Amino acid sequence: MLRLDNVTKVFRTGTFGGRTVTAVGGVSFDVRPGEVVSLIGESGSGKSTIGRMILGLTPVTSGSITMDGAPVRPGKDYYRAVQGVFQDPFSCYNPVFKADRVFALVKEGYFPRVPAAEWERRVEAAVRDVRLNPGEVLGKYPHQLSGGQLQRMLIARALLLDLKLLVADEITSMLDASTRIDVLNLLAELKTRGLGVLYVTHDLSLGTYLAERTVVLRGGAVVEMGPTDLVFGDPRHPYTRALLAAVPRLNAPWEDPAPVTSCLCHESGSAGGDGRAAAGRMAEAGPGHLVACARLADCPPA
Amino acid sequence: MTLTVTDLRVSYRTLGGEVKALDGVSFGVRDGEILGLAGESGCGKTTLGKSLIRLDGRMRHVGGTVELDGRELPIADDRRMNAFRFHEVSLVPQYAMSALNPTRRIGRMVAELLKSRGVRLDRDKLERRLDLVGLPREVLDRYPLELSGGMKQRMVMVVSTLLDPSLLVADEITSALDVSTQKAVARALLGFRDSGFVKSMLFITHDLALTSHIADTIMVMYAGRLTEKAPADVMVKAPRHPYTRMLINSLPEVGVRHAERPLSGIAGSPPSLLDPPPGCRFRDRCPLADEGCAEDPPVTETEPDHFVACWKA
Repeated sequence: MLRLDNVTKVFRTGTFGGRTVTAVGGVSFDVRPGEVVSLIGESGSGKSTIGRMILGLTPVTSGSITMDGAPVRPGKDYYRAVQGVFQDPFSCYNPVFKADRVFALVKEGYFPRVPAAEWERRVEAAVRDVRLNPGEVLGKYPHQLSGGQLQRMLIARALLLDLKLLVADEITSMLDASTRIDVLNLLAELKTRGLGVLYVTHDLSLGTYLAERTVVLRGGAVVEMGPTDLVFGDPRHPYTRALLAAVPRLNAPWEDPAPVTSCLCHESGSAGGDGRAAAGRMAEAGPGHLVACARLADCPPA
Repeated sequence: MTLTVTDLRVSYRTLGGEVKALDGVSFGVRDGEILGLAGESGCGKTTLGKSLIRLDGRMRHVGGTVELDGRELPIADDRRMNAFRFHEVSLVPQYAMSALNPTRRIGRMVAELLKSRGVRLDRDKLERRLDLVGLPREVLDRYPLELSGGMKQRMVMVVSTLLDPSLLVADEITSALDVSTQKAVARALLGFRDSGFVKSMLFITHDLALTSHIADTIMVMYAGRLTEKAPADVMVKAPRHPYTRMLINSLPEVGVRHAERPLSGIAGSPPSLLDPPPGCRFRDRCPLADEGCAEDPPVTETEPDHFVACWKA
């Protein structure tokens, strides 16, 4: 459905745009209908930039992003099928208006001919779909609702369209542990309706909880990608191993990953001249499990 | 005991009335102990941290006492508290970026800060501590803008503990950081305690998994009250309060998959603290609640060092 092919994004910085920063370098992956793909990386890994390019908020420098074979062309037709939800739900609402205005704006923009009664029915159905009680959230101002409720209303808003792909960029990082899991469960339910979800996060445990496939990014390039159980069950790249070891777990002590001694190519080969990763060659470690390592055959599994 | 808090009550003045953010909280922190403070947003954990260092204009000290090293902290008296701040109690705020002066090189900012407290800058000591948290000494000649989030956070930690305070309040200092930076910052905090730069610490966070790694004791709060306090390993393995249990069960661990074992959140939301209901405050969301819970549960010590406020525990 969604396909990224060798996507690169270069930002110009400095006073007269004299310097360049490669935020994303040669990233390729796809998202199929009914699938959650998690995009995992630390700050500066380019994960949000990829989300923004898919949503058409930032142009692509080179490479291509296609949705069902057609290139991304921001406009009503595209946004009917592709929508994004972001980290801070509070900044997505105008505090002066009631929160359900986000639904009214969808009607004005996309469905002006739908009769009011029919629209009301659709809104209530969408609100129920995100496990909210319409009586509790409709007709309220944003400050009367919790972060989890506001975030779920934004997902309901996207569901009112003929949604095929949802880009969820760090949507749970501002929520409490107790409500976070409700939003995640909701995303997991949406995929059973044939929706594709690109779940952008820095939290590995949340990524593994949901996703069928995982893409690990570092410095703008893919380090390792594939089915989630392969990437995290048998991580082959030292960066993925280090990332996994840094996650605090309830019952196990923090482990320090074994230093990489056997492989020379990981550190020297994958970083470009400006400290950013260049598009590396991907080697196949298992079915669909790709690792950015030129000498994978020499590296022992963990 | 470094810190003894007895029946502390603090409220916020709002247009709607007094919000009772802390409603009778009592606990102690031993010498060398790191107390992790966890709970949902709005449970009063940040208010507790702020009460120990500075009550802002909207906050009012309603009752209770705070004792630090055997002396009572005049928390309601902003001026008299000045003698304790930085020297005895210190704070590492959540947003390190806004804690550093953007117009000064960091070294100069630290010197000015110390001068304002009547202390001379010991450059050697400062540099040794930079080494300890893994910052290059050159950061002192840089502007805050030139540092990454994790570096700024560690810099603020060094500055806050420069005068070897008895108690350090660390409020959500890792929430804006990546997992690997988070680990470095948490380890630096442990290093400060082990080297004796701070005697004890209050580590406030909503991340129970992280707390379990660095805290000796964990205290969980709910709606302005203490619900459970126990040694970290006991809290993780054998929590007694239903709220703590539900909170721990809602944490996704690496390897848990929705398809195999869907987790559940805690339905509902905490009660309004403008006019909190009588009795156990968790009872509307609690699966075990019955008529008996309409009465306030006392904080009881079920096992040594394990305190629970629940009729059912």
